[in-house]
Amino acid sequence: MEDIFQGYKGRALDVLKKYNVRVWGKANIETNRGTFQGTVLPRAENDDDCHIVLKIDTGYNVGIDIFTITGMKEIGYFKATYKIPEKEFPFTPNLPKVKLLGTGGTIASRLDYRTGAVIPAFSPGELYGAVPELADICNLSTEKLFAVFSENMGPEQYKALAVAIGKEIENGIDGIIIGHGTDTLSHTAAALTFMVQNSPVPIILVGSQRSSDRPSSDAALNLMNAAYSAGHSDIAEVMVCMFGPTSDEYGFLHRGTRVRKMHSSYRSTFRTVGDTPLATVSLKNGIKPIKDEYNHRRKDRKVKILPYFEEKVTIVYYYPNMQPDIIDALVDNGYKGIIIAGTGLGHINKPLYPAIERATKKGVHIFMTVQTLWGFAHMYVYDTGRDLMAKGIIPAENMLPETAYIKLGWVLGQTDDPKEVRRMMLTPINGEITEREPYNGYLIYQGGVPEVEDFIRKFRK
Amino acid sequence: MIMSKKQSPSKQFDPHKNYQATQKAIGYVSRSEATKKDYERIGFKSGLEVHQQLKTKKKLFCRCPAGIFNDDNDYHAEIIRHMRPTLSEMGEYDGTALMEFKTRKEIVYRINNKTTCTYEIDDTPPFPINREALEIALEISLQCKMSIVGEVHITRKQYLDGSIPTGFQRTAILGVGGELQLKNKKIGLIQLSIEEDACREVSDIGHRRIYKTDRLGMPLIETVTQPECLTPDELREAGDYIRFLNRSTGKVRTGMGAARQDTNVSCEGGTRVEIKGVSHSKWLPELSHNECFRQWALLNIKKELASRISDPSSWTMRHIDVDAYSLNLENELAQQRVDNGNKLVAVALPSFHGILSHFTQPGKSFTNEISDRLKVIACIEKPNITSDEDLENPLSEQDAVKLASLLKASADDAIVLIWGPEADIPTALETIEERCRMAFEGVPRETRRPLSDGTSLFERVLPGADRMYPDTDSAPIPLEDSYIKKLSNNLPVDIWQRYQELAKMRIPEDTHNYILRRNLVPIIEEVANMGFPARFVGTFLGHNLKCIEGRMPLHQDFTYKRIVEMFAFLKKKQLHHSLAKLMLPVIYEHPNMDFNSVLISINFKRRTFDDLMAPVDYLIEKLKEIRVTQNGDSDVTVNWVMGQLNKQALGNIDLKELRKRIEERVSK
Repeated sequence: MEDIFQGYKGRALDVLKKYNVRVWGKANIETNRGTFQGTVLPRAENDDDCHIVLKIDTGYNVGIDIFTITGMKEIGYFKATYKIPEKEFPFTPNLPKVKLLGTGGTIASRLDYRTGAVIPAFSPGELYGAVPELADICNLSTEKLFAVFSENMGPEQYKALAVAIGKEIENGIDGIIIGHGTDTLSHTAAALTFMVQNSPVPIILVGSQRSSDRPSSDAALNLMNAAYSAGHSDIAEVMVCMFGPTSDEYGFLHRGTRVRKMHSSYRSTFRTVGDTPLATVSLKNGIKPIKDEYNHRRKDRKVKILPYFEEKVTIVYYYPNMQPDIIDALVDNGYKGIIIAGTGLGHINKPLYPAIERATKKGVHIFMTVQTLWGFAHMYVYDTGRDLMAKGIIPAENMLPETAYIKLGWVLGQTDDPKEVRRMMLTPINGEITEREPYNGYLIYQGGVPEVEDFIRKFRK
Repeated sequence: MIMSKKQSPSKQFDPHKNYQATQKAIGYVSRSEATKKDYERIGFKSGLEVHQQLKTKKKLFCRCPAGIFNDDNDYHAEIIRHMRPTLSEMGEYDGTALMEFKTRKEIVYRINNKTTCTYEIDDTPPFPINREALEIALEISLQCKMSIVGEVHITRKQYLDGSIPTGFQRTAILGVGGELQLKNKKIGLIQLSIEEDACREVSDIGHRRIYKTDRLGMPLIETVTQPECLTPDELREAGDYIRFLNRSTGKVRTGMGAARQDTNVSCEGGTRVEIKGVSHSKWLPELSHNECFRQWALLNIKKELASRISDPSSWTMRHIDVDAYSLNLENELAQQRVDNGNKLVAVALPSFHGILSHFTQPGKSFTNEISDRLKVIACIEKPNITSDEDLENPLSEQDAVKLASLLKASADDAIVLIWGPEADIPTALETIEERCRMAFEGVPRETRRPLSDGTSLFERVLPGADRMYPDTDSAPIPLEDSYIKKLSNNLPVDIWQRYQELAKMRIPEDTHNYILRRNLVPIIEEVANMGFPARFVGTFLGHNLKCIEGRMPLHQDFTYKRIVEMFAFLKKKQLHHSLAKLMLPVIYEHPNMDFNSVLISINFKRRTFDDLMAPVDYLIEKLKEIRVTQNGDSDVTVNWVMGQLNKQALGNIDLKELRKRIEERVSK
């Protein structure tokens, strides 16, 4: 049966029933604060049961306190039904074929002013309606693989994505875009780097930081940059394509294993850590490589799909006074791999030593990364580091903690032979460990310094 | 009646004559000549949206300080954004959206770290609403006798001009309904909303518009009236009323730009057109008057076109690229523009001859309707168009003939010449055709920008109600009944009651608007409660203070509280209140000076009544010596003696009392 009181519960629902007013009904409401007229809108599930939401004639929404209501009458009814209008995505000969795989993040959307809903646009036709410029960049096709929030992406989705990518490459696609929420975008980028190796075409992950309903959203520009990179870039790697600066200027192409979300809300949140991005991208200037060395686009279809993942892997963020029972509990619960994000060059406190020893003896693989994010785990510098290595912890060079976590899961999905695990972990697949840390791989300028302020005013748009 | 070439083939068309003839034909009268009858004749109808900044420490949705302003070049960083329209309900871009997108504007925000954080530039979601602002806005809503909502829902209202970096304004309705009691009628209210203020524009040239973000995000309320004002004077009265009401709380900002009005105007058969950002209510009458007649003129154009063109849907214009040199055009402006790298295009507007110079506003014709849009939509700086009907820089007859033959135009057609960067020409042509087609319909829906001469400019297409949707970043805010009741118990007195009170206190009427504008009634009451005559205090503020305010720069420490303290001092020292007039300029200039020093600086000396009266006999005698001719006229004598004693007496004694005593002495 149709729910005519969408979202209303408890006392608010009782009031609607009492006066026989439905959601989408145009109502006159008498209250002891005065008269209100408008269309009753559905109520958000988590909101209280003391108010009725009304869209008044001027387009605004207001809430009516049910305890002030003295009378209510439905004087009209109009139920809105919505369908996103589709315009056929035009086929242009000579433009590259690009596939957009959807995971659930919203890249483009349409507003429904009546409900206030933001309806995601996804099919090529819908996307063409929202971002018509796409048709000048590529011939786009889309497939919705799943509909999950970024934070709910996990091994199952990584594997399914890898397999789907493999199929697309086999079928001759020129580039792939993956639409993804931004929170765990870099985790997925790392997973795909390990699971899809030797790709002949670019694989671009893209999202947006500011919702696509706003005119100033970064979504459209990110999508255009991603589509351009997927279709036209010579860089055939798994990359993240997101805003370079916070201005609408250009995007960065980040290597999937070295990229990290560094701000909770900024548009320019994604940064390559410990290295430079691969390239910048804009429709105006095309792809401008920053790094000389990268995997080039190829005509062949020789991609390796390795969809493996051991789920009993974890990441432990060390803090002073951490108790050994944390490690013990992980071991007792069957964890097979632990990534530690240690302090400084890769340290944890002494009381944990026995627990570490116990864990490695039980065959748990433990790797050390640094919570400073920048720099290498250098465990020879202090005795403590040497002690830890003697107890079986392996320094993971300059692998980012999250990348190391994804990689260990992927490695343990294939083997649990300690030597092989160590070899695979420390043999970089695509930049997760770099031999050298370039001087410009660490640039966090501090505001307030005159020359920095000067630079910001002149160049950082 | 519109002149046409056919009627006077021998003489060159005179655009000025046509302008005057059409002005007369529509029955235009100037604002000073216009009577209520004129407004009834054209069906003047108008309403207001009054924006008022609230006096809070911080902004509405972030913790940046409110009310600190930067110069245009005082910034630390710039951010660039482009606004993309989002699809509307029908899957189409709405008018404004499309127009703004056509302009392909690059929006630059100048950011000063002192007044702007990552919220304003939309790199951080909003923080919970500023409760101080919400409370002030609720108090004003209650004062407007509105129905207060049970739950505040923050709504996003789209703006694509870039004035808000998100592309939408966060706004919420607090009350609906309500009314204002003007002198002779009531004006209904539609709603009151709380919202964040927008950026201030630094410049808008070509495809680059620059804003600064200091004002952005400051709390603002918008009071919207029904379109029930039937004359420009009623409109002003309503504007003043709302302004005074807002100020009566003492919790709103004053000064340049703190209160701004949008007015919507229509004439009979016209369209609701909004003039935005009128910063003083005294400009409302002229602006609304001119807008109403502009619409009346556009309706006349519609009528004229209907008589010429039977099927408007088949109307199209023709255009052709022009080479100024090979054509040997005389028009210097066009030549200059070509030399600057612009492209020239001639356009034939079939059957539009005489329309271009048709009166629309004082000093403006239909050409301006096109020219304004070329600037805004196609981003071509003015002057961007000319024709043989141009009022300022007309094409010569030879030029017009050359272009007409190039376009194979007939005598009924209008010929215009436009110029601009090559990339903007397609938009320019579309814009011209669009505006001409609109002329068949009458008055386009648009918002306009007010000019100081009382006319207005096209600003953008009027957006519809279909640009609101909930702010998913904010939770609804419930307003408990007990909270609303508490606020209701603490409201300032109604403005119409204030007018009555002022009249009852016999305070002169010419001071009323000043007193209400400055919210001075509470000050008058406070001083009157000390025992000073209210009529004196009101006049003192409405005349003396107003006069000084106009003459002297305001010291940052001066507040009206200082005036209250001054009267308290006079009372304590048992000095006469007339001394306040001498003290005021000093405390206005030096509000931190103590009152005893103020007395010294005005050379005040305490005198008893006997002290003051002592020289009176001597003075009377002295006058007899120096003014032999007027001996015996007692009035002259009293006046002269008063003049001699006035300064010493002020503050020591009531001057009327002194005069009485001197009169007694003189008549002895």
